[in-house]
Amino acid sequence: MNIRRDVFQAIADPTRRAVLLLVASQSMTAGAIASNFDTARPTVSKHLQILTECELLKQEQNGREIYYHLNAKKMKEVADFIEPFRKMWDDRFNKLETVMKNYKNK
Amino acid sequence: MEQKTKINAEEGKQELTITREFDLPVELLFKAYEELELVEQWMGTRVLKLENKKHGSYQFETSHNGQVVFQANGTIHEFVPNQKITRTFEIENAPIGVQLEFLEFVKTTDDTSKLSIQIIYKSERHRAEQLKLPFANGLNMAHDKLQEIINKLK
Repeated sequence: MNIRRDVFQAIADPTRRAVLLLVASQSMTAGAIASNFDTARPTVSKHLQILTECELLKQEQNGREIYYHLNAKKMKEVADFIEPFRKMWDDRFNKLETVMKNYKNK
Repeated sequence: MEQKTKINAEEGKQELTITREFDLPVELLFKAYEELELVEQWMGTRVLKLENKKHGSYQFETSHNGQVVFQANGTIHEFVPNQKITRTFEIENAPIGVQLEFLEFVKTTDDTSKLSIQIIYKSERHRAEQLKLPFANGLNMAHDKLQEIINKLK
Protein backbone atom coordinates (compact mmCIF):
# COMPACT_ATOMS: atom_id res chain seq x y z
CA MET A 1 0.00 0.00 0.00
CA ASN A 2 1.49 3.29 -1.05
CA ILE A 3 0.96 5.67 1.82
CA ARG A 4 1.73 8.68 -0.37
CA ARG A 5 -1.46 8.29 -2.29
CA ASP A 6 -3.54 8.91 0.81
CA VAL A 7 -5.04 12.37 0.32
CA PHE A 8 -5.54 12.86 4.02
CA GLN A 9 -1.88 12.22 4.59
CA ALA A 10 -1.16 14.72 1.83
CA ILE A 11 -3.19 17.55 3.30
CA ALA A 12 -1.88 16.92 6.83
CA ASP A 13 1.32 18.77 5.89
CA PRO A 14 1.21 22.60 6.28
CA THR A 15 3.50 23.28 3.29
CA ARG A 16 1.33 21.15 1.04
CA ARG A 17 -1.79 22.95 2.24
CA ALA A 18 -0.06 26.25 1.43
CA VAL A 19 0.77 24.94 -2.07
CA LEU A 20 -2.88 24.03 -2.63
CA LEU A 21 -4.03 27.49 -1.55
CA LEU A 22 -1.48 29.11 -3.82
CA VAL A 23 -2.42 27.05 -6.86
CA ALA A 24 -6.14 27.46 -6.15
CA SER A 25 -6.01 31.04 -7.49
CA GLN A 26 -4.09 30.26 -10.70
CA SER A 27 -2.08 27.54 -12.48
CA MET A 28 1.64 27.87 -11.77
CA THR A 29 4.94 26.30 -12.76
CA ALA A 30 7.03 24.43 -10.17
CA GLY A 31 9.54 27.32 -10.21
CA ALA A 32 6.86 29.94 -9.52
CA ILE A 33 5.44 27.81 -6.68
CA ALA A 34 8.91 27.28 -5.17
CA SER A 35 9.66 31.02 -5.23
CA ASN A 36 6.88 31.46 -2.65
CA PHE A 37 8.65 29.27 -0.10
CA ASP A 38 11.91 29.49 1.78
CA THR A 39 12.37 25.73 1.49
CA ALA A 40 14.82 24.26 -1.01
CA ARG A 41 13.52 23.67 -4.52
CA PRO A 42 13.86 19.82 -4.36
CA THR A 43 11.74 19.82 -1.18
CA VAL A 44 9.00 21.76 -2.96
CA SER A 45 9.27 19.38 -5.92
CA LYS A 46 8.75 16.46 -3.56
CA HIS A 47 5.61 18.11 -2.15
CA LEU A 48 4.33 18.70 -5.70
CA GLN A 49 5.00 15.08 -6.54
CA ILE A 50 3.01 13.87 -3.54
CA LEU A 51 0.11 16.21 -4.32
CA THR A 52 0.12 15.06 -7.95
CA GLU A 53 0.29 11.37 -7.00
CA CYS A 54 -2.80 11.67 -4.86
CA GLU A 55 -4.47 13.66 -7.65
CA LEU A 56 -5.00 16.88 -5.72
CA LEU A 57 -2.89 18.62 -8.35
CA LYS A 58 -2.89 18.08 -12.09
CA GLN A 59 -0.04 18.78 -14.46
CA GLU A 60 -0.61 20.53 -17.75
CA GLN A 61 2.01 20.97 -20.44
CA ASN A 62 2.06 24.46 -21.90
CA GLY A 63 4.84 24.79 -24.46
CA ARG A 64 8.03 23.90 -22.65
CA GLU A 65 6.60 24.57 -19.22
CA ILE A 66 4.60 22.30 -16.94
CA TYR A 67 1.85 24.09 -15.07
CA TYR A 68 0.23 22.77 -11.91
CA HIS A 69 -3.42 23.34 -11.26
CA LEU A 70 -5.88 22.27 -8.63
CA ASN A 71 -7.99 19.18 -9.29
CA ALA A 72 -11.29 20.56 -8.06
CA LYS A 73 -13.04 17.20 -8.29
CA LYS A 74 -10.56 15.51 -5.97
CA MET A 75 -10.65 18.44 -3.56
CA LYS A 76 -14.39 18.07 -3.41
CA GLU A 77 -14.07 14.37 -2.62
CA VAL A 78 -11.91 15.26 0.33
CA ALA A 79 -14.50 17.76 1.48
CA ASP A 80 -17.26 15.20 1.09
CA PHE A 81 -15.32 12.55 3.03
CA ILE A 82 -15.52 10.14 0.13
CA GLU A 83 -11.88 9.11 0.36
CA PRO A 84 -11.99 7.50 3.85
CA PHE A 85 -15.16 5.65 2.81
CA ARG A 86 -13.49 4.45 -0.39
CA LYS A 87 -10.37 3.44 1.54
CA MET A 88 -12.49 1.45 4.00
CA TRP A 89 -14.06 -0.54 1.13
CA ASP A 90 -10.75 -0.89 -0.65
CA ASP A 91 -9.15 -2.42 2.46
CA ARG A 92 -12.15 -4.69 2.95
CA PHE A 93 -12.12 -5.89 -0.67
CA ASN A 94 -8.35 -6.44 -0.59
CA LYS A 95 -8.99 -8.67 2.40
CA LEU A 96 -11.76 -10.49 0.51
CA GLU A 97 -9.37 -11.14 -2.38
CA THR A 98 -6.70 -12.54 -0.02
CA VAL A 99 -9.19 -14.70 1.89
CA MET A 100 -10.59 -16.17 -1.33
CA LYS A 101 -7.17 -16.83 -2.86
CA ASN A 102 -6.23 -18.81 0.24
CA TYR A 103 -9.58 -20.57 0.13
CA LYS A 104 -9.03 -21.60 -3.50
CA ASN A 105 -5.58 -22.99 -2.73
CA LYS A 106 -6.80 -25.14 0.13
CA MET B 1 -2.02 3.81 -11.01
CA GLU B 2 -5.72 3.12 -11.33
CA GLN B 3 -7.69 2.73 -8.13
CA LYS B 4 -9.19 -0.73 -7.76
CA THR B 5 -12.18 0.36 -5.71
CA LYS B 6 -14.17 3.28 -7.02
CA ILE B 7 -16.93 5.28 -5.40
CA ASN B 8 -19.34 7.37 -7.41
CA ALA B 9 -21.44 9.71 -5.30
CA GLU B 10 -23.03 12.36 -7.46
CA GLU B 11 -23.96 15.62 -5.89
CA GLY B 12 -27.59 16.12 -4.97
CA LYS B 13 -28.40 12.40 -5.06
CA GLN B 14 -29.30 10.00 -2.26
CA GLU B 15 -27.39 7.07 -3.71
CA LEU B 16 -23.85 6.01 -4.37
CA THR B 17 -22.11 3.26 -6.31
CA ILE B 18 -19.11 1.20 -5.25
CA THR B 19 -17.31 -0.73 -7.99
CA ARG B 20 -14.39 -3.06 -7.69
CA GLU B 21 -12.58 -5.45 -10.02
CA PHE B 22 -11.33 -8.66 -8.49
CA ASP B 23 -8.55 -10.97 -9.42
CA LEU B 24 -10.95 -13.86 -8.70
CA PRO B 25 -13.40 -15.92 -10.76
CA VAL B 26 -16.96 -14.68 -10.21
CA GLU B 27 -17.86 -17.96 -8.42
CA LEU B 28 -15.22 -17.34 -5.74
CA LEU B 29 -16.23 -13.70 -5.40
CA PHE B 30 -19.83 -14.73 -4.85
CA LYS B 31 -18.82 -17.43 -2.38
CA ALA B 32 -17.15 -14.73 -0.27
CA TYR B 33 -20.66 -13.27 0.19
CA GLU B 34 -22.42 -16.60 0.49
CA GLU B 35 -20.56 -18.44 3.25
CA LEU B 36 -20.87 -17.21 6.80
CA GLU B 37 -17.29 -18.07 7.83
CA LEU B 38 -15.86 -16.29 4.80
CA VAL B 39 -17.96 -13.16 5.35
CA GLU B 40 -16.68 -13.08 8.93
CA GLN B 41 -13.09 -13.21 7.75
CA TRP B 42 -13.12 -10.39 5.24
CA MET B 43 -15.73 -8.14 6.88
CA GLY B 44 -13.94 -8.47 10.21
CA THR B 45 -17.17 -9.01 12.12
CA ARG B 46 -19.07 -11.92 13.66
CA VAL B 47 -21.97 -13.08 11.54
CA LEU B 48 -24.78 -14.22 13.82
CA LYS B 49 -27.12 -15.13 11.01
CA LEU B 50 -26.99 -15.35 7.23
CA GLU B 51 -29.99 -16.78 5.40
CA ASN B 52 -29.23 -16.56 1.71
CA LYS B 53 -32.70 -16.71 0.23
CA LYS B 54 -35.65 -14.53 -0.67
CA HIS B 55 -37.11 -13.13 2.57
CA GLY B 56 -34.06 -14.37 4.48
CA SER B 57 -32.23 -12.12 6.89
CA TYR B 58 -28.75 -11.54 8.25
CA GLN B 59 -27.09 -10.09 11.32
CA PHE B 60 -23.57 -8.84 12.06
CA GLU B 61 -22.08 -8.11 15.46
CA THR B 62 -18.58 -6.94 16.40
CA SER B 63 -17.22 -6.90 19.91
CA HIS B 64 -14.14 -5.20 21.24
CA ASN B 65 -12.82 -6.08 24.70
CA GLY B 66 -16.08 -7.83 25.54
CA GLN B 67 -18.23 -4.88 24.52
CA VAL B 68 -20.47 -4.84 21.46
CA VAL B 69 -19.25 -1.98 19.26
CA PHE B 70 -21.06 -2.66 15.99
CA GLN B 71 -24.39 -4.25 15.13
CA ALA B 72 -25.96 -4.40 11.72
CA ASN B 73 -28.75 -6.34 10.07
CA GLY B 74 -30.80 -6.60 6.93
CA THR B 75 -33.25 -8.60 4.85
CA ILE B 76 -32.54 -10.35 1.58
CA HIS B 77 -34.95 -9.77 -1.29
CA GLU B 78 -33.19 -11.46 -4.18
CA PHE B 79 -30.44 -14.05 -4.14
CA VAL B 80 -29.25 -15.29 -7.53
CA PRO B 81 -25.95 -17.25 -7.23
CA ASN B 82 -23.01 -15.70 -9.12
CA GLN B 83 -25.23 -12.87 -10.36
CA LYS B 84 -26.96 -10.70 -7.82
CA ILE B 85 -28.06 -10.00 -4.27
CA THR B 86 -30.66 -7.39 -3.43
CA ARG B 87 -30.95 -6.58 0.25
CA THR B 88 -31.52 -3.96 2.89
CA PHE B 89 -28.81 -3.01 5.35
CA GLU B 90 -28.96 -1.09 8.59
CA ILE B 91 -26.27 -0.22 11.10
CA GLU B 92 -27.97 -0.18 14.49
CA ASN B 93 -27.72 3.02 16.55
CA ALA B 94 -26.30 5.02 13.65
CA PRO B 95 -27.90 8.08 12.00
CA ILE B 96 -27.66 6.53 8.53
CA GLY B 97 -30.96 4.67 8.55
CA VAL B 98 -31.97 1.71 6.43
CA GLN B 99 -30.35 1.48 3.03
CA LEU B 100 -31.24 -0.54 -0.04
CA GLU B 101 -28.39 -2.37 -1.75
CA PHE B 102 -28.19 -3.86 -5.25
CA LEU B 103 -25.14 -6.07 -5.61
CA GLU B 104 -24.21 -7.23 -9.11
CA PHE B 105 -21.54 -9.85 -9.74
CA VAL B 106 -20.16 -9.94 -13.26
CA LYS B 107 -17.70 -12.35 -14.85
CA THR B 108 -15.09 -10.35 -16.82
CA THR B 109 -12.76 -13.24 -17.74
CA ASP B 110 -12.40 -16.82 -16.41
CA ASP B 111 -10.17 -15.52 -13.62
CA THR B 112 -11.48 -12.01 -13.00
CA SER B 113 -14.76 -10.49 -11.99
CA LYS B 114 -16.42 -7.22 -11.12
CA LEU B 115 -18.72 -6.27 -8.31
CA SER B 116 -20.90 -3.20 -8.33
CA ILE B 117 -22.97 -2.17 -5.34
CA GLN B 118 -25.60 0.49 -5.75
CA ILE B 119 -26.69 1.84 -2.38
CA ILE B 120 -29.80 3.97 -1.96
CA TYR B 121 -30.28 5.98 1.21
CA LYS B 122 -33.39 7.56 2.70
CA SER B 123 -32.13 11.04 1.79
CA GLU B 124 -29.03 12.93 0.71
CA ARG B 125 -28.46 13.77 4.37
CA HIS B 126 -28.40 10.08 5.32
CA ARG B 127 -25.84 9.45 2.59
CA ALA B 128 -23.67 12.24 4.01
CA GLU B 129 -23.79 10.58 7.45
CA GLN B 130 -22.57 7.33 5.89
CA LEU B 131 -19.57 9.05 4.33
CA LYS B 132 -18.61 10.67 7.60
CA LEU B 133 -18.65 7.40 9.53
CA PRO B 134 -15.32 5.81 8.50
CA PHE B 135 -13.66 9.20 8.81
CA ALA B 136 -14.93 9.53 12.38
CA ASN B 137 -13.93 5.93 13.14
CA GLY B 138 -10.49 6.58 11.67
CA LEU B 139 -10.08 9.52 14.01
CA ASN B 140 -11.23 7.41 16.95
CA MET B 141 -8.78 4.69 16.03
CA ALA B 142 -5.95 7.21 15.80
CA HIS B 143 -7.04 8.52 19.17
CA ASP B 144 -7.15 5.02 20.70
CA LYS B 145 -3.68 4.33 19.36
CA LEU B 146 -2.44 7.56 20.91
CA GLN B 147 -4.06 6.64 24.22
CA GLU B 148 -2.40 3.23 24.06
CA ILE B 149 1.04 4.80 23.57
CA ILE B 150 0.43 7.30 26.39
CA ASN B 151 -0.64 4.48 28.72
CA LYS B 152 2.59 2.65 28.00
CA LEU B 153 4.57 5.73 28.94
CA LYS B 154 2.88 6.02 32.30
